[in-house]
Amino acid sequence: MFPDKTVAAGLADAAHLAEVQGRSLWKDARIRFFRNKAAVISFVVLMFIVAFCIFGQLFAQYDIETPDFTLSGPNAYLGVPSIATGHYFGTDDLGRDLFARTVQGTRISLLVGVVGALVAVVVGTLYGAVSGYFGGRIDGFMMRTVDILMSVPYMFVLILMLVIFGRSILLLFIGIGLISWLDMSRIARGQTLTIKNKEFVEAAVAIGVRPMRIVLRHIVPNLLGIVVVYSTLLIPGMIITESFISFLGLGVQDPNASLGSLIAKGASQMQYGVLWQLLFPLFFFIITLFAFFFVGDGLRDALDPKDR
Amino acid sequence: MYSYILRRLMVAIPTILVLIVLSFMLMFAAPGGPFNAERPLPPDVMANIQARYGLDQPYWKQMVDYTWKVVTQFDFGPSFKYRDRTVNDIIAQGFPVTITYGAWAFVVAVTLGLTLGVIAAIRQNTWIDYLAVGVAIGAQVLPGFVLAPILVLVFTYWLDLLPGGGWNGGAWQNVIMPVIALSTGYLASIARIMRSSMLEVMNSGFIRTARAKGLPMHRIIWRHALKPALLPVLSYLGPAFVGMITGSVVIDVYFSTGGIGQFFVNSAFHRDYSVIMGITILVGVLTILFNLVVDLLYAWIDPKIRY
Repeated sequence: MFPDKTVAAGLADAAHLAEVQGRSLWKDARIRFFRNKAAVISFVVLMFIVAFCIFGQLFAQYDIETPDFTLSGPNAYLGVPSIATGHYFGTDDLGRDLFARTVQGTRISLLVGVVGALVAVVVGTLYGAVSGYFGGRIDGFMMRTVDILMSVPYMFVLILMLVIFGRSILLLFIGIGLISWLDMSRIARGQTLTIKNKEFVEAAVAIGVRPMRIVLRHIVPNLLGIVVVYSTLLIPGMIITESFISFLGLGVQDPNASLGSLIAKGASQMQYGVLWQLLFPLFFFIITLFAFFFVGDGLRDALDPKDR
Repeated sequence: MYSYILRRLMVAIPTILVLIVLSFMLMFAAPGGPFNAERPLPPDVMANIQARYGLDQPYWKQMVDYTWKVVTQFDFGPSFKYRDRTVNDIIAQGFPVTITYGAWAFVVAVTLGLTLGVIAAIRQNTWIDYLAVGVAIGAQVLPGFVLAPILVLVFTYWLDLLPGGGWNGGAWQNVIMPVIALSTGYLASIARIMRSSMLEVMNSGFIRTARAKGLPMHRIIWRHALKPALLPVLSYLGPAFVGMITGSVVIDVYFSTGGIGQFFVNSAFHRDYSVIMGITILVGVLTILFNLVVDLLYAWIDPKIRY
């Protein structure tokens, strides 16, 4: 899943190629990305999901927490999805509108993914770049620290944190952010090791630019391509982690919902013949993950010309 | 080789200590003690309880005592919620269950995953290859907590073949769905990794030599291709093991199998810190040991690595 030296070599090749053909690396990548049908379709699907999160609430006839008492009674007959009642996705076991809850659940799941990826990009990239650039003892110490943190069973520690500091969305964001940067720092370090021997870094050293400034101005911008690709591939992992914890009931708390908690709710109700409560959140969960995986794969192929 | 083992142990031991100290510090950062109830207890009762669990000692002494007991006697102390049980009792009850279906899931994922990967690589671009790739992609978006309800829906509610939960002393009907739910994702990943590494090996020079001298296909695969192709899979086994232990939490909760995951989540809801800490540390130690074994195996199989 994660790149190594071959990707770096690939990127270097691409840069070289671009010189010969007079096309920039990014233009080349864009052309290659749009040739990949699965990736383009997934990208469109992803845009639809984002639009669904942002504007879905406008179409909802109900809010996320008010039970619809006109439908109270046997949920399986009255709470069915229908246009007429305004409950497009039906209602949940308490008579709350599932459409509004799915919109909100998808929004929270996406948000968790994006926040986790953002932390990974900022912290992981800087950490990896510093570690790789300075090398030697500093590198050894920083990377051993990452090794130790990686061998901790983070899901258990995250749950331990949620129990101790109380269950809240904010803490979930922090906890997921705390673990997301580990992989990224390794990727960034590997890239930095190849970049730091390039001429332009040598030139910067020669004219006396201070080390931290070299990292920020010369190393990090050159890492961005690979970092963007892998953060796209990290997002589904974050979404799964969040949904996992919410499925256990330890993450997002009622009346708020995330896709994980909606799936858990639907799964606990399915023996009553109210399958839509499971299927709608499940559908959004699956297409969101699929879309991210294919877009990430497409981006990776586009930026890594080795596979052509 | 021995110095390598020694060096790895030198890293593993501090890691375990860090884990213990870290989870202990987390517990102390918690607002409110484990016995703070809605209605405050009489002060002398509270003092008695605190003395019983050693909570009246200074922090550093509690930490040292706890760490010492864990390291020397594998004693995780008493449970804060179940007055008559220790954490060790709870682990002794739940762990055999987790290990039973966990080991099955691991065996299924590795054997089927490897087989599927090898066949897909040998018969590249045939239906079985497409099946393997399709399963690998599909399984990425179906983690255990999504697969489990779907399995129960199909096999319990629609087909009425298997019980939807419970352990029943480990009868095969009760084990089969947890094993499928837990192993599918890893089966797919192993198949994918094995397929690509097998393809790479089959295109390399020494395989061409073997074919050129007229060896039969099965002999080439068994004697020459399999061993080098296994290396990437081996390094995936560490993360897979961790993932399965984590995934067992969902399995226990959803299927009510009564493994340590169920105790873990129950304790999380009841703020039973000592049980949560005990299980976290146990899982951490297992993870670190397993990774150590995988690394040693790797060094043993791969002749290019010499320490």
